[in-house]
Amino acid sequence: MRYTFRRLGFYLLTTVVAITINFLVPHLMPGNPAEILVANFRGRVSPAAVRSVSALFGLSHASLWSQYLNYWHQLLHGNLGISFSFFPATVTSVIARSLPWTIWLVGSSTIISFVLGTLLGIVVAWRRGSWLDSTIPVTTFFSAVPYFWFGLVVVFVFGSLLKWFPLYGGYNSSTSIGWSWSFIQSAFYYSILPATTIVLSSIAGWLLGMRNMMITTIGDDYIVLAEAEGLSERRIMLAYAARNAILPNIADFALSLGFVVSGAILTEIVFSYPGIGYILYQAVDNEDFPLMQGIFLVITLAVLAANLFADLCYGALDPRARQGA
Amino acid sequence: MAVPGALAQNAAEPVASGETGQARRPTWMTALRAPKIATGLAIVLIFIAVAIFGPMIDRTNPSAITSAVLQGPSAAHWLGTTQSGQDILAQLINGARISLFVGFVAGLIATVLSLFIGVLGGYLGGVADEILSVFTNIFLVIPALPLVIILAGYLPGKGALSVAIVISVTGWAWGARVQRAQTLSIRDRDYVLAARIAGEGTMRIIFCEILPNELAIVAASFLFTVIFAILTEAGLAFLGLSNLSSWSWGTMLYWAQADSALQSGAWWWFVPPGLCIALVGAGLAMINFGIDEFVNPRLRSAGIATTRRSARAATGRSARAAATGRSARAAGSRRSASRS
Repeated sequence: MRYTFRRLGFYLLTTVVAITINFLVPHLMPGNPAEILVANFRGRVSPAAVRSVSALFGLSHASLWSQYLNYWHQLLHGNLGISFSFFPATVTSVIARSLPWTIWLVGSSTIISFVLGTLLGIVVAWRRGSWLDSTIPVTTFFSAVPYFWFGLVVVFVFGSLLKWFPLYGGYNSSTSIGWSWSFIQSAFYYSILPATTIVLSSIAGWLLGMRNMMITTIGDDYIVLAEAEGLSERRIMLAYAARNAILPNIADFALSLGFVVSGAILTEIVFSYPGIGYILYQAVDNEDFPLMQGIFLVITLAVLAANLFADLCYGALDPRARQGA
Repeated sequence: MAVPGALAQNAAEPVASGETGQARRPTWMTALRAPKIATGLAIVLIFIAVAIFGPMIDRTNPSAITSAVLQGPSAAHWLGTTQSGQDILAQLINGARISLFVGFVAGLIATVLSLFIGVLGGYLGGVADEILSVFTNIFLVIPALPLVIILAGYLPGKGALSVAIVISVTGWAWGARVQRAQTLSIRDRDYVLAARIAGEGTMRIIFCEILPNELAIVAASFLFTVIFAILTEAGLAFLGLSNLSSWSWGTMLYWAQADSALQSGAWWWFVPPGLCIALVGAGLAMINFGIDEFVNPRLRSAGIATTRRSARAATGRSARAAATGRSARAAGSRRSASRS
């Protein structure tokens, strides 16, 4: 229980820090970009929007502290301001529209990549010294490839040249969004290429991490004992070696998630996939600062929640973590 | 502390402990002979040479607009041209400067930051350590790219140096955690205690007694931060959040995407910059894997440890201590390598 509370406390603190950063950045950056921004948008957007932006960016003359409290007040009411690029939509509604796409894409590809990479890592470590070792330089190369560039190449080959998959988008525009079978089918079809990109770029990490931990574990005495007892090789590999080696990979799952999400943001842009990343691209393009900050907040909160979940799983699996906390 | 479990525990085990390190201390000369380190170093050095001397040799202006629009590789334009007839090879060579500059400068700043926070926290212990490591862990779990994006979004100039600084702000935390764990394990060794009794100051102990024993880890975290920074710069530029009038590999990809190089089938436009990023990244990662294998013989796949059995025979108990310590590094390494 103590472990659970400590983790909860830590993530609460991190959330507060993230929100504070989000509040402070526009105030602390040199040159007061917000003022220029609001001047740019005056006349193009409604006075209400200008007021909301002024409040959000602290252009009022109230003290920093009361602005900060006001910011929290707005936030707790789900008010993230009004988006410039999707005016008059609120930031909250724009994000709510695109979030399910990202959760589906990132969620499914992360799980596939984790399971596949870990399994491959087990096998590569077990058959060390065989031809499988040649996968190591290949995966090293893959791990250094920018996600979005890999996406470009994949689109070019499978979309442009072979025409197996659509070039961009999240669903067939002739179907309407809803729980109809044809929509789900097309959404699945359109997500294959981006998901493959994310899986292939992130799998190297799981594979190498698992392999290295496996190799360390394989040298332990209890593996020798298991071999001496004549247990089947498969059983030693999975139930003895892998079972112990997988713990750091799970602990790492939490931390890696942030990077997978970052990579996925850029991948979405390549595929014009209607998720958070693509919205972010449009926000950057239109200097839509309220939307950019809202997206930062939502991504951070999502990653923190996933981290907390992974940490709790880890705590349940490894008693040492509970004691160390 | 508030750390996802085993990583910190592993890293806290001795790496360069007396028993493991003293028997056969690897010197830098023998390290260079390890194939992975040599290959990685060669790749990285070639790119650095191109970045420094390339623009002096190939004097083509990368921004010059010509009538040779969207042409494939030819004798006149070795890597073809863009939609506005700009020479891609010239962009690639000039782009190497900013991409590598941002990478190495951000890596340097982040490493100094992580050393300062990690070593100080580990050495001082107590409340100071508690505060510093909570601070570190917070920055570790906040996703880096979105944070860099809002920071860079508000940046007025978006020059290479300011982008490098912004990236280093988000890239130091992981190194700090590893350094802290390593310092914790060294702090109470006899020679550090002896120095303390001899009346050496805190700074002198940190710089002369502790830091020299962490060099391998410092080097590794530096290299991975460089990879992270190069990838992040490319991602930022691809989003349009860097100075788009100067050339980096990221801005090349931005323009390729913006001018629909994909739809027009201009593979020679978007393939080279990504390939360069991947090659530099792979080169840096290889140096790191080389260092890893040097310290943890079990990870060597060829030579000493060809089979499972001989691996076990070849490495004694002492190597195991190093191995578990290293695993944190190995695990961490893939994190930073898979960012962006």
